[in-house]
Amino acid sequence: MTRYESLEASLGHTPLIGLPRLSPKSEAGKPAVRLWAKLEDRNPTGSIKDRTAIAMIDDAERTGKLKPGATILEPTSGNTGISLAMIAKVRGYRLICVMPENTSVERTQLLEMWGAKIIYSPAAGGSNEAVRVAKELADENKDWVFLYQYGNPANTLAHYNGTGPEIFADLPTITHFVAGLGTTGTLMGAGKYLREKNPDIAIIAAEPRYGEVVYGLRNLDAGFVPELYDASVITRRFSVGAEDSVRRVKELLEVEGIFSGISSGAILHAALGVAKECVDAGVGADIAFIVCDGGWKYLSTGIYGKDGDSEVLDGQLWA
Amino acid sequence: MSATTSSSKIEVRIPTILRPFTNGEKVVSADATNLAELISALDKSYTGLGERLLENGELRRFINIYINDEDVRFMGSLTATLKAGDSVTILPAVAGGC
Repeated sequence: MTRYESLEASLGHTPLIGLPRLSPKSEAGKPAVRLWAKLEDRNPTGSIKDRTAIAMIDDAERTGKLKPGATILEPTSGNTGISLAMIAKVRGYRLICVMPENTSVERTQLLEMWGAKIIYSPAAGGSNEAVRVAKELADENKDWVFLYQYGNPANTLAHYNGTGPEIFADLPTITHFVAGLGTTGTLMGAGKYLREKNPDIAIIAAEPRYGEVVYGLRNLDAGFVPELYDASVITRRFSVGAEDSVRRVKELLEVEGIFSGISSGAILHAALGVAKECVDAGVGADIAFIVCDGGWKYLSTGIYGKDGDSEVLDGQLWA
Repeated sequence: MSATTSSSKIEVRIPTILRPFTNGEKVVSADATNLAELISALDKSYTGLGERLLENGELRRFINIYINDEDVRFMGSLTATLKAGDSVTILPAVAGGC
């Protein structure tokens, strides 16, 4: 069925695409190790965050927290804001996004296009600082509705009810699930669902490693672990630098023709590492990983150009 | 196979916030065969660093340590083993792009 009542209704059911050229070759006689990309850019506004945004707004409407004409507040580095902005526009809410000032220009353009108001938080401190500023604003403005993707169980549920079941239906032989660690909603929700279906599955987190700007925090206690995070869901966790992420984004583009955003490169890097371990061990594997969004919003960073390398990401929040 | 206890040189990347302890050095090195030994060795060379990483004998909540990009919390934490040539990175926990 490809007919939908509205744009929102077309959420999810994204394709799971095989990577026959990027998947490592097993030795003769050994079982295959296969990589599968779940293309979340095929969502209404082009990212996996449509799932989170629609789930959080639906939940807030259902519980009476969100009344007609209300103002929604959210800390975001872009994708969640863009998703919320579209839905808020269509359903008649106002949206205020708190966003680090060092994100790509396309994100601001998209947010403003759908009528969102942006409050910038200082680059130093990255998303942590945006979360802190948003929490302060929520305290000062009690009539604003703070959906808070980092601690809202509806975010996790969106992936428990959507992303996880979709992957399992398409790939019942899945052995590894690899996704990015931001709010942790994808890994917690889809990870829990997939483990219920296959207790032996490996749930693997890949988190982007940002530059000096973000890690130059005032003190270590300013660190941030999202309320949704439950370490028991995760099997292994990798921190992937800008250089490896950019290299993998280009590989995905050049070898399989898939044009992804930069954080998806970090996720692919972890997936390929795991795939190589499986080949070395002579075991078969079906490894599904998330492509969070397409590359459109990152063109202005210059990484896709012939001479584009990870250095252009210095000082930018790239996921 | 017999267990070996010989030490190995490990490279450690220090985040901006902790560099005052390492005289501004971004990368330092120490001999160790597991993470607990490494932190103890670092603290000997750079007094006070250990306390910034550990609390009551455990990794501090907002500290993440990675061995070759993999989070030690899923590798046995302080008992995670190290071998010559391993690269260790210390980072404060940071919210991702969302």
